[in-house]
Amino acid sequence: MATLHTRASARLMMTPAVVLLLAWMIVPLGMTLYFSLLRYNLLMPGMEEWTGLDNYTYFLTDPAFTAALVNTLLLVGGVLLITVVGGLLLALMLDQPFWGSGLVRLLVIAPFFVMPTVSALVWKNMLMHPVNGLFAWLARLFGLRPVDWFADLPLFSIILIVAWQWLPFATLILLTALQSLDEEQKEAAEMDGAGAASRFIYIVLPHLARAITVVILIETIFLLSVFAEILVTTNGGPGVQTTTITYLVYMQALLQFDVGGASAGGIIAVILANIVAIFLIRLIGRNLDR
Amino acid sequence: MGSIRLENVSKSFGEAQVISALDLDIEDGAFVVFVGPSGCGKSTLLRLIAGLEDVSGGRILIDGKDVTTTPPARRRLAMVFQSYALYPHMSVRGNIAFPLKMAGAGREEIERKVKDAARILNLEEYLDRKPRQLSGGQRQRVAIGRAIVREPTAFLFDEPLSNLDAALRVAMRLEITQLHQKLKRTMIYVTHDQVEAMTMADKIVVLNGGRIEQVGSPLELYRNPRNLFVAGFIGSPRMNFIDGAEAKKLGAATIGIRPEHLRLSATEGLWKGRVDVAEHLGSDTFLHIEMDGIGPLTARIGGEFPVRVGDTVHVTPEDGKIHRFDEKGLAL
Amino acid sequence: MARAISTRRKVTFTILGWTIGFLIFFPVLWTVLTSFKTEGTAIATPPQFLFFDWTMENYVAVQNRSNYMRHMSNSIVISVGSTLIGLLVAIPAAWAMAFSPTKRTKDVLLWMLSTKMLPAVGVLVPIYLIFRDWSLLDGLAGLTAVLTLINLPIIVWMLYTYFREIPGEILEAARMDGASLAKEIVYVLTPMAVPGIASTMLLNIILAWNEAFWSLNLTASRAAPLTAFIAAYSSPEGLFWAKLSAASTLAIAPILVLGWFAQRQLVRGLTFGAVK
Ligand SMILES: Nc1ncnc2c1ncn2[C@@H]1O[C@H](COP(=O)(O)OP(=O)(O)O)[C@@H](O)[C@H]1O
Ligand SMILES: [Mg+2]
Repeated sequence: MATLHTRASARLMMTPAVVLLLAWMIVPLGMTLYFSLLRYNLLMPGMEEWTGLDNYTYFLTDPAFTAALVNTLLLVGGVLLITVVGGLLLALMLDQPFWGSGLVRLLVIAPFFVMPTVSALVWKNMLMHPVNGLFAWLARLFGLRPVDWFADLPLFSIILIVAWQWLPFATLILLTALQSLDEEQKEAAEMDGAGAASRFIYIVLPHLARAITVVILIETIFLLSVFAEILVTTNGGPGVQTTTITYLVYMQALLQFDVGGASAGGIIAVILANIVAIFLIRLIGRNLDR
Repeated sequence: MGSIRLENVSKSFGEAQVISALDLDIEDGAFVVFVGPSGCGKSTLLRLIAGLEDVSGGRILIDGKDVTTTPPARRRLAMVFQSYALYPHMSVRGNIAFPLKMAGAGREEIERKVKDAARILNLEEYLDRKPRQLSGGQRQRVAIGRAIVREPTAFLFDEPLSNLDAALRVAMRLEITQLHQKLKRTMIYVTHDQVEAMTMADKIVVLNGGRIEQVGSPLELYRNPRNLFVAGFIGSPRMNFIDGAEAKKLGAATIGIRPEHLRLSATEGLWKGRVDVAEHLGSDTFLHIEMDGIGPLTARIGGEFPVRVGDTVHVTPEDGKIHRFDEKGLAL
Repeated sequence: MARAISTRRKVTFTILGWTIGFLIFFPVLWTVLTSFKTEGTAIATPPQFLFFDWTMENYVAVQNRSNYMRHMSNSIVISVGSTLIGLLVAIPAAWAMAFSPTKRTKDVLLWMLSTKMLPAVGVLVPIYLIFRDWSLLDGLAGLTAVLTLINLPIIVWMLYTYFREIPGEILEAARMDGASLAKEIVYVLTPMAVPGIASTMLLNIILAWNEAFWSLNLTASRAAPLTAFIAAYSSPEGLFWAKLSAASTLAIAPILVLGWFAQRQLVRGLTFGAVK
């Protein structure tokens, strides 16, 4: 399919998409980079001046940054752990034949379609509220003292909410991968005398390795940007206990109007995301050659 | 109306040269078959003629007019693809009408031409079906119908029968030949199957590795193959090749003898050997014989031939049926 | 699976499956139930599961007090609008990459994906300032444009994977039949790709509908889509659980239904074809 005509039209047809995305990437990113080198606060207009790397030094040495970095890693790591392990178990379960498994599958994937602000508020109020919440009622039912989730375990609470939202994603992808496993391969292993456990370890797990990697990488990309769940539940607090890098940048920009500092933070967030993105892009790229 | 001329045409994909400097003349109304092993560049050559690919060098002329840079739609050619390439979302009627619609034909004209084509191809009952509701042979006919209505100067077929089962293939082969006799248009037909080539072609072009090995009528190629490749490719079962001392005796590097040109006897003959495998087809018997000092030969004997594996047989080539080749593989 | 599965095993998994499914789905169910309670019943201890006085008052209140329908329509305009514009830009691009690939096609595709991986905070400041200076803040046009851009890579990518399954010969046949490029795309490619285009639309409407970062940061009230509107319930003064539930139920119901329909395509779209 390649003549000069078609090639020329192909280039023409790609132009709008490429130009738009190029602009979307380069213009704001360039501006962020530029702002990050300025002392620039919206509350003091006209006072912009060149500061070199000061914003970076300031941002990186801010104790809040260290806390935010740790929080971000805990959030991402915690959610990944819960969703990958939970998703694997759920996928294995849904792969079994049982009555109504199609319906159960619909129930399991539902949380993914709930908008972040809704799920955060529903969990925060109706489930995790220390007095009227359902969990508090359950605790009292068993004679336990109700947990004040967002006061005592703020980050863990957010991890729970986010994990609930992403569990369906991991489940669905692992289930899809599981179902693409050749039934004959499993039967062959069974003929070779492999028990259920060794079939899982030697056949199922290696087959899922790639899907698990995909889940981890894609979730990481999205989890690094978790925002609404924090905004509507804790606002980053108490203190900085639930402040992530994303949230820290948001606070600097839109609450403290520190454009320079926020931009430096933004660039650092981009660098962190890129570390993950490189692996993901490689993986997808290899798949393209097939 | 419908003569095609290739001058020095070549094609590379990046580094890989797929067609190398090739000249060919196709007369108006001829049925020309491009035949060659898989990957030899037959489809590429056809697509160059169609205009679906640009040539890397050389010119293509249709009716004396240079069409090298003309887009496919304006070359007045029609193509039938191996996969049929029917539009799955259109009915048979829609498929056949599509080229007419693109040409801006009026409703009545479209109606009439679609009817005509459907009648010729026995598709009248199926006009309102979707391609997926048709059998392979019917789909093939729709693809041909779509080609016919355009009244092209030439038809291009790219292995149109290779997705059909054996029986249907024979029937469709006949239909296409009859169509050619009816329409009297130039047809270029690509296949890797030498039987199709032999049975359908006025003229066969044998391709190998992007080069033309020989051009000629089926019987010319059968009788006088220009080189070892053509000798081995045309004819079934394959021609037997013998080199070494036996060939030297006849002043050649290699000699070739077709299985049907071997005479068998239980008692006397030029060469002696033992039967390895015997295939009894009823109409023919194919014997795979391990010849002393020569190696394996295949012989074809008309009708039934009472022989068993392990029997000793004597083999003699018919007079004047031995092909001789030099060291470069060219016929002497 | 030609073997009979023992009934006991099947019963066990049925019980286990439904229990776990119910627990995971419970927060959604609870939201729906609460939306039909009075505010008093909503916070009652012990909680009322089914036997309470069902009422529609919250749905009425939500609309009357906050002009709920406006936010609903904002959500529709933004998600459908950004998806349609995205398709308009993406279909030609995906056509080019699927049917006229060059050595660089793969790099272009991966680069497009990489823009999707750019964290939003990295460009929050300039986008916010541009929006402020061009008076785009709290407007539908600006947010639609941003959502178009952030989802464009997914649209291109999904369409590309669908187009690639369409045999190029069919498009070549159209070309031989005299179709111009535009006609080839409109009469042949697009109708053949309808299922793929539909799934792409579905997934992108879902993603845009639930998008929160830009919706929260670039809108205030007038143009706020449901994600941003619901966030207003986070204010600590007073608990309006029943109303929050009613607003939430309305906000998630349509997208949940779409999502259930799109579950298969979801995997393909969100993993960029890496898992099928
Ligand atoms: N678009 C292409 N890009 C690169 N190589 C190609 C392309 N099309 C065909 N080829 C190569 O050209 C050679 C000839 O292909 P083709 O004409 O399809 O062979 P045939 O039809 O005789 O089987 C093959 O080696 C094939 O790999
Ligand atoms: Mg071919």
